[in-house]
Amino acid sequence: MTPAPTPEAAASGAPTPPPSKKPAPTLDSKGPQRYKMLATWLLFIVVLVVCFVGVDADFMALFSEGARSNMGRILGEMARPDWSYASHIWKPMVETVQIAIAGTIIGSVLAVPVALLCAVNIMPKKIVSIPARMVLNLVRTVPDLLFAAIFVAVFGIGAFAGMLALVFFSFGLVAKLTYEAIEAIDPGPLEAMTASGANKIQLIVFGVIPQALPYFFSYVLYTFEVNVRAAAVLGFVGAGGIGLHLDQQLNSLRYDRASTIILLTLVIVLLIDYASTYLRRKLL
Amino acid sequence: MNQSVPSKSRSALIRNWIVGAGIIVLFVWSLSSLQFDGIQEYGAQVMKSIWEGFTHPDWDYVYLPDGEDLLRGLLETLIISILGTFISAFLCIPFAFWASNNMSRLQIVSGSGKFVLTVIRVFPEIIMAILFIVAVGPGAFAGVLALGVHSIGMLAKLYSETIEAVDNGPREALVASGASKLQVLRFAVLPQVIPQFISYALYRFEINIRSATVLGLVGAGGIGTPLIFALQTRNWSRVGIILLGIVVLVIIIDLISGWLRRRII
Repeated sequence: MTPAPTPEAAASGAPTPPPSKKPAPTLDSKGPQRYKMLATWLLFIVVLVVCFVGVDADFMALFSEGARSNMGRILGEMARPDWSYASHIWKPMVETVQIAIAGTIIGSVLAVPVALLCAVNIMPKKIVSIPARMVLNLVRTVPDLLFAAIFVAVFGIGAFAGMLALVFFSFGLVAKLTYEAIEAIDPGPLEAMTASGANKIQLIVFGVIPQALPYFFSYVLYTFEVNVRAAAVLGFVGAGGIGLHLDQQLNSLRYDRASTIILLTLVIVLLIDYASTYLRRKLL
Repeated sequence: MNQSVPSKSRSALIRNWIVGAGIIVLFVWSLSSLQFDGIQEYGAQVMKSIWEGFTHPDWDYVYLPDGEDLLRGLLETLIISILGTFISAFLCIPFAFWASNNMSRLQIVSGSGKFVLTVIRVFPEIIMAILFIVAVGPGAFAGVLALGVHSIGMLAKLYSETIEAVDNGPREALVASGASKLQVLRFAVLPQVIPQFISYALYRFEINIRSATVLGLVGAGGIGTPLIFALQTRNWSRVGIILLGIVVLVIIIDLISGWLRRRII
């Protein structure tokens, strides 16, 4: 039982095996094939040039006097973090993690029924699974910060908007990964149970859940990692957490304090990442 | 996986209960101490006006003859993500070789490379965008640079895993017949990894188009800038059309990129 390796999962490392080795492509020099290749590259280069002109990308600006002095000043101030400020940010830091925990758990719980509806081996009726998948894809097109910006406008500034944004985001991610895992489970036990007259609920409880549960937990942990990172910047749109303080310090040009926040956030995120990766290894 | 057959031992059962209880405690702790006092009382009213805005999108905004409209904003978003992905797809190659453990004999080399990539990966792109805005001024170029640098973290990790999974046969054959290091790279390693590299770059492009829509929230170009203005002025019909535009753009890009990825691999 190995679910198809989704790049999301592959990006995080543990939950799915690495992509299978493909046979090495041979260097074919067949005529039409080569022209097609050439045309593709030409098209690609044209698109790139148009893009560079479009944003008037000025790489010289990056190395200009002004940019260098600005960057140099900021990096210089950031190199000396204001550690005395660290005691002020523990509370928002804890709040950030809490937002991530609450958002992940609520979103993941909501994802379970939808994942079951999406999986074709549980819900063979296309009329249910296809609309369910469409809803899921729709939810997944909206980035977490965008959800947060909208919920801040609706419910006002604060942690609630951030949590709600993460609920939606986790829901989309966990439901998609889980339904793919459910579709990849071993059909043997399900067939045996159907043959001996089990109903749908029994099928799910005794056939699907034991097989899919480790994957589900692994995806929840992965989503939690993503959510902690997201929660750290939700404050930029006013949705609570440490990002609010970071935004304030950046706006008041206190780069030494901003650097303290960034460094501590990185430490917390790395710790959670490593803990979660370790747990996921043990799960699967 | 196999331990979850019905005959569970008692200790495993107790452990599961403890883990379950721990999760519930964590959840309650998180919810109870979060400050939810910022919720507006008139939420229902706002919801109603949002619903009206979303059901009556501001179609006139799709194309305005002069300047800032939806299509131009979406085009800029698309351009930011194309360029950001392109830059990182090249910048990440040295990082990928640094971090893959079959390219160097010393464990510490690949280990340090992996650590650097993790740090880049967890450094939020929004903060990177703000730093680049200070350097090159607000606009799409700052967004391109932010995406270009941030994407290195994930792309180089995926690339290095591809390099680690390379079949050693061709490489050994080339080394045995006296090829130089560069020749080994060119004729044994690259042909094996390039399709996978392109596929991962396309996948990252799908992620970047989503990121590019939010970069504008901090002033780094793209559709996010008009969106945050519309949100702040509570112009819900405009928010509706912009969200619709983002969803359509992302779906189209996902379809094209998915089709390309299936063709490449």
